[in-house]
Amino acid sequence: MLLGLPLLSLVVWAPIVAGVLVLLTGPDRNAASARRLALIGSIVGLLVALPLWSQFDPAVHGMQFVERVPWIGRFGIHYHLGIDGISLLLILLNCFTTVLVVLAGWKVIESRVAQYMASFLILSGIMNGVFCALDGALFYVFFESTLIPMFIIIGVWGGPSRVYAAVKFFLYTLLGSLLTLVALIYLYNTTGSFGLLEWQQAKLGMTAQVLIFLAFLMAFAVKVPMWPVHTWLPDAHVEAPTGGSVVLAAVMLKLGGYGFLRLSLPIVPDASLQLAGFVIALSLIAVVYIGLVALVQTDLKKLIAYSSISHMGFVTMGIFLFNPWGAEGAVIQMVSHGFVSGALFLCVGVLYDRMHSRQIADYGGVVNTMPVFAAFFMLFAMANCGLPATSGFVGEFLVTLGAMKVSFWYAAFGATTLVFGAAYTLWMYKRVVFGAVANRHVAELEDIDLREGVILAALVAAVLFFGIYPQPMSAVLHTSVSDLLAHVAKSKLP
Amino acid sequence: MTLSLPDFVPAAPEIVLLAMVCFILVADLFLPDERRHVSLGLTLATLAALVVVQLADMQEGSRTTFNGMFVDDQLSDVLKVFIYLGVAAILVYSRHYTRSRDMFRGEFFSLSLFATLGMMVMVSAGSLLLLYLGLELLSLSLYSMVALRRDSASATEAAMKYFVLGALASGLLLYGMSMVYGGAHSLNLAEIAKAFQQDAFTDSAGKNWPINKDLLVFGIVFIVAGLGFKLGAVPFHMWVPDVYQGAPTAVTVLIGSAPKLAALAFALRILVEGLGAPALLSQWQGMLAILAFLSMAVGNITAIAQSNVKRMLAYSTIAQMGFLLLGILAGSKVGYGAAMFYAVVYMLMSLGAFGMILVLSREGFEAEELDDFRGLNQRDRWYAFLMLLVMFSLAGIPILVGFWAKLAVLQAAFAAGYTWLVVAAVLFSLIGAFYYLRVIKLMYFDDPVDTTPIVATIDQRALITANGLALLLLGIAPGWLLALCQRAIQASL
Repeated sequence: MLLGLPLLSLVVWAPIVAGVLVLLTGPDRNAASARRLALIGSIVGLLVALPLWSQFDPAVHGMQFVERVPWIGRFGIHYHLGIDGISLLLILLNCFTTVLVVLAGWKVIESRVAQYMASFLILSGIMNGVFCALDGALFYVFFESTLIPMFIIIGVWGGPSRVYAAVKFFLYTLLGSLLTLVALIYLYNTTGSFGLLEWQQAKLGMTAQVLIFLAFLMAFAVKVPMWPVHTWLPDAHVEAPTGGSVVLAAVMLKLGGYGFLRLSLPIVPDASLQLAGFVIALSLIAVVYIGLVALVQTDLKKLIAYSSISHMGFVTMGIFLFNPWGAEGAVIQMVSHGFVSGALFLCVGVLYDRMHSRQIADYGGVVNTMPVFAAFFMLFAMANCGLPATSGFVGEFLVTLGAMKVSFWYAAFGATTLVFGAAYTLWMYKRVVFGAVANRHVAELEDIDLREGVILAALVAAVLFFGIYPQPMSAVLHTSVSDLLAHVAKSKLP
Repeated sequence: MTLSLPDFVPAAPEIVLLAMVCFILVADLFLPDERRHVSLGLTLATLAALVVVQLADMQEGSRTTFNGMFVDDQLSDVLKVFIYLGVAAILVYSRHYTRSRDMFRGEFFSLSLFATLGMMVMVSAGSLLLLYLGLELLSLSLYSMVALRRDSASATEAAMKYFVLGALASGLLLYGMSMVYGGAHSLNLAEIAKAFQQDAFTDSAGKNWPINKDLLVFGIVFIVAGLGFKLGAVPFHMWVPDVYQGAPTAVTVLIGSAPKLAALAFALRILVEGLGAPALLSQWQGMLAILAFLSMAVGNITAIAQSNVKRMLAYSTIAQMGFLLLGILAGSKVGYGAAMFYAVVYMLMSLGAFGMILVLSREGFEAEELDDFRGLNQRDRWYAFLMLLVMFSLAGIPILVGFWAKLAVLQAAFAAGYTWLVVAAVLFSLIGAFYYLRVIKLMYFDDPVDTTPIVATIDQRALITANGLALLLLGIAPGWLLALCQRAIQASL
């Protein structure tokens, strides 16, 4: 551990403290300092996360960088943090995304700047907390607290029907997680502890396991989101400001996938195995049906939102295949989806800032006026289709491989995403970017400036690097995933 | 026959308070209107002195005096300290409000203190008689405070409603108590408890009396009904919305905050201390389960339809009392500790919510419609943020302390086997989240209608800040308060 610093606490609290400092800059006349402070805060947040990467030992079994302090004696709740390879990747993704989001909101957000920037910083810290929490109550507290900043982000800086979207987002996700709370209380009453690691060892009967699994499924399926509880996502994405959409797609959806890996699988393995077919069926419906739904969207953000749901279907399927290809592929797909969907929402944001329209029909021939942007957009569109040499390919390939090991039909249905994904993404790209200049507004477009260029270039680097050389990710994941699968393979029935 | 004086020391706070009320009552007569703040100062000084006396008097173990009528244990010590703090906060919050509405008078202060005395007596009661006396002292003070603005039709109506229904509840309670007395042949809670452990009761003459359990169950029904009235639990909740809305806000906050602690103590004393025998426990557990379920259902669902904040908070109180009952009906010390924690936290939250209404109100204007909160974030970012904390805490969203309160009672009820009630409770709290969110939506997402600058004195600003931040800080570190409540319960019941 570097200089004996509690690195994980830094990763969680540095952004939150930075957020509070940004809030203290007060009203909009200090907007410039709020922006600068937020950028510094987000970069500090990323910097404190980097030692995690350099000092993480991929060969070690179990949790690393562990911190454990008693928190609430009455319930035996501990402030217990620790990460494995799965958490590490998601934490880095989160810290990276936060910097981009702060930059993306630099010029666009003009009202209540301090509150905007602070919301994102605080949200980033809280989500890091979810990824490191090793105590059930701590996990729940972080998991739920994410709702507060996101609710504010959508509701204050969102589009015309932002109130509807924000309330729908909040209540939908709250419904899911409240039943999880009941499951957590049950686990506490049975084991006398809130520790996730203790729960992973506890013996549980089949009925209890199934009920707990379903309670967890409610929370995580809403968060992922899986069909049929996905309907909040298109609304939230469409109404949220660009930064909100980026964080939502890039990081927040991963809380669901992470929850499956950290809670559902290890705590109730028998129920997970028993109900895997059910979850995979839901995932395949998401992949195929939502892929088709994406095809008919006329709104850019909605299209990308549905594409997100379809891609996250791959993640949940990978998790419930119970083989190394599936699970590793799922995590890699989560990270890659974080880059790609974040990038696509940023691209839509670039267009929206100029045209104030998200309708595909309002665009056409953008390449004539914004050639640099068109090139970036092209690359992300390709990554969204899962083109080899982009990060989108690696995860989808691994999951399909894993699915093939289990059942031909899983793989066959799953692979349709390559067709549908290409169809809706490329068709959208064609309508927006290619062709003759569609109207006067498109003719007046200006190409991206340096700030936007830097944001998109950073994402291009990430997408290409992990597409061509995914080894660093799988190296970090390998031990954690194989330990997890070994744990799941052991029955916990009493 | 020798006359032996009872030990007065355990009742020292009550005695000090009574002496001070009498003094303030008389002193106020000689004060001209422009010097009325002296009375307020005296009242606050009294409450501060009481905190000191109470803390100095605090000790391990429990003492009884006045032939077992009066109990001084950790439960009463802790609850009383919170009651003093709550009442003091109310007086500070309402200073402006009462001054601009011709309520800034000696009566307001002395009646608040009499109400406080009533609560203290309830908290410390060791016998049915004293419980009833405390309750009546509290209730009568509150009835007259609701009617303090006698020229206001809505306040008078609210006072009448409150009085008639309150009197009915007292009647039910007394009827139930009389049955318990008939069964146990004693008014003393400790003796009642002892009597029900056996099947027969031996009086001082050595005669054996059989104990009639059917009569007792009948008595418990009436006692629970009376308790339901006082807590405002469904189906005995009819008075709550009307009184909350009709009463001047300064009085509403007094009805809605500290007395809930006294009501909790009342429930614990009579149900747990007096009627806690296993055979009786299962009787009132079932009754409370129904009250809790109905309160959470009716309170949360009806609150959605309200456009008046005070009325919305009234229904929210009803729902929150349903949660409080979850802790009591768990029938375990863990549960009672959770309920006590819930009551303390609830008092903080309701002080915050009503305190905000008081701060936003000004001369000739009551900030009591939901629309009055519209765009608060643009008028004053800090107040909006504090109200956001209060609302998320009421909704039970972590990291705010309201979440830990809900977790504690849910855990206790779950451990007691009330799984269905716990599941229902979390679902109703989802419904509840909707109307709390609406307030936040109005404050943050909408533009202000009313752009009058908010004027508040430095003490009010400081108090509401402390109150709001307390919800956040207690949420981050709830351990000590939970432990305090648990210890008090362990030592006392």
